[in-house]
Amino acid sequence: MAHRWGMVVDLDRCTGCEACVTACHAENNIPTVGAAEAARGRAMHWIRVERYWEGEFPEARLTFRPVLCQQCDNAPCEAVCPTYASHQTDEGLNAQVYNRCIGTRYCANACMYNVRFFNFFHPQWEKPLQLQLNPDVSLREAGVMEKCTFCVQRIKAAKSEARAEERELVDGALQPACAQACPAGALVFGDLNDPESRVARLSESPRGSKLLEEYGAEPKITYLQRQGWHEPDAQ
Amino acid sequence: MNRTRNNPLADDLVRPLFHTSVWFYGAVLVLATVVLAGAAAWGYQLWYGIGVAGINWPVFWGFYLTNFVFWIGISHAGTLISAILRLVNARWRRPVTRCAEVITVFALMIGAMFPIIHLGRPWLAFWLAPYPSAREIWPNFRSPLVWDFFAINTYLTGSLMFLLLPMIPDFALVRDRSTGWRRRIYGALALGWQGTTKQWHRLESGMQIMAIAIIPVAVSVHTIVSFDFSMATVPMWHSTIFGPYFVAGAIFSGIAALIVAMAALRKLLHLEAYLHPVHFENLGKLLLLMSLLWAYFVFAERLTVWYGNEHSEMAVFWATQRGEYAPLYWAMVVCNFVIPFPILALRQLRTIAGTVVASFAVLIGMWLERFLIIVPSLAHKPLPYTWGDYAPQPVEIIIMVATFAAMILLYMLFSKFVPIISIWEMKVGNQPHPPVVTEAEDELAGLWRARP
Repeated sequence: MAHRWGMVVDLDRCTGCEACVTACHAENNIPTVGAAEAARGRAMHWIRVERYWEGEFPEARLTFRPVLCQQCDNAPCEAVCPTYASHQTDEGLNAQVYNRCIGTRYCANACMYNVRFFNFFHPQWEKPLQLQLNPDVSLREAGVMEKCTFCVQRIKAAKSEARAEERELVDGALQPACAQACPAGALVFGDLNDPESRVARLSESPRGSKLLEEYGAEPKITYLQRQGWHEPDAQ
Repeated sequence: MNRTRNNPLADDLVRPLFHTSVWFYGAVLVLATVVLAGAAAWGYQLWYGIGVAGINWPVFWGFYLTNFVFWIGISHAGTLISAILRLVNARWRRPVTRCAEVITVFALMIGAMFPIIHLGRPWLAFWLAPYPSAREIWPNFRSPLVWDFFAINTYLTGSLMFLLLPMIPDFALVRDRSTGWRRRIYGALALGWQGTTKQWHRLESGMQIMAIAIIPVAVSVHTIVSFDFSMATVPMWHSTIFGPYFVAGAIFSGIAALIVAMAALRKLLHLEAYLHPVHFENLGKLLLLMSLLWAYFVFAERLTVWYGNEHSEMAVFWATQRGEYAPLYWAMVVCNFVIPFPILALRQLRTIAGTVVASFAVLIGMWLERFLIIVPSLAHKPLPYTWGDYAPQPVEIIIMVATFAAMILLYMLFSKFVPIISIWEMKVGNQPHPPVVTEAEDELAGLWRARP
């Protein structure tokens, strides 16, 4: 059976440390645009940690939610792309073909999660930072859209390694950079079509829900809700 | 020949083609400079990347798409109005139709440039066209942008034919009055027009077919433009009302553009004898109707959103109603309703000056409406963490101003090369009581046959 890659995000475990964001930038050659451009809303983070306050001071409470491409089964970004740059792969990934993208940015508007990022200028790296670029990931030129790939280069590499060694993929051995870097283990990645995988079991959890589920995009990322919160003096 | 020469009507209307004042050259020079500045701004954007515009994450569409929708809306002035007036055989339409149809063609050409200007990689825009290639990839027919591509091209082709068909007899008339290179050019454009009964008959049936065919095309174009927005589940975009709402808004701004253009032509080309106050009065009534219709649509849209009280939609609703976009929103309401309604509703104010004032207000208001549909929604998508804002950058403003200059420039040049009022249609209209049109045709045919 074909793989169907998915993820579980345990909000109870997320500390908001943003190690996932840093790891993603390093793995996927995501350009940093500088403070001025970032202030204009041009920063690119394929995964971000959304920070929300609940309640009023002094009872305010800080919560985090890592948001990355939800790899929707019924993805709104794919239908609207005039050139098929955005499309669904056989393994359920929302792929973005950079060479096919003409930069209408319609996909980014149609995506209710705002997890698509546009190269407003040619990416630049200060020397000698260009030496740390990942050779497995192509660079994107000005005018094209980019987004989380679930580290498709790692998926490809793990599959060909397993094929060479004539074995099945081992659950947990293959991880995208964000999940690998998460110190709290809040991000769990795996094959949803393998009923024994950790991600498949966790996504059945009663704590599980999808982000903006009401839009019907059928995301493949499940969020596990925080459990009981006790006020310090109530304990 | 003598009859042609002694025809005061034709003399009057052909005059701008043969006599040009120094002011005209001055105006052309100024406008051409502005258009060139716009071209330079686009070149600058091509060189450095679309990042020189103000668009950002999450407001990926800004001024360019606002202008796209605005100009496509303006294009509904001409062909649609002229086709309807032709079909209902409104006699007062005769001096109005051509200057209306020209607006359509030029506004479409300008509007259709914006989706290309706004692309990240505009040199690849041709990928929207289905053509056989080694890649074996066709455009994605599920994408509203591909629907746009076909709708706009169909409308542009149809409008061009609708404009050019009734120009043929007038080209022949100019041909017969000119000498030298002019005669050769207009002779070619006249396509061998001799004014025979058969030719008149074919022209009439051609016009009839085009007038009927162009109406559904025009309605579909702005409906499909609205689909660019309403097909996406973005707050306050995803609405079933958008199709008719956009079409009504397009006709609204289109009539306003037509009134402004007619007033300018009347003044500058001294066409007082042809464009009467009654034309402005009638178009003013149409504008009044569209203003009421627009207000009704806005009320219906806003009330249902407010009553539904859905979280993400309310964020956009309040941002426009009393938040950061409220000044623009209320300016839009004033321009589209508060100013034009009393002017157009009171007969004493529905003069040429009055309708022009109302039309200017409507043009500003409808531009704001397009902006307010696009930007506040993108700035307030469902996850509050991703809210943003938008400020236009100089390059976007220069390109926008340049397109307005381009519109005026194209219109001025057109009125220099083609009689802006359809001469033969005026003549047909001048027949005291034409029981059947063919009688008038026969007389006209004789008129053309008499040429040397």
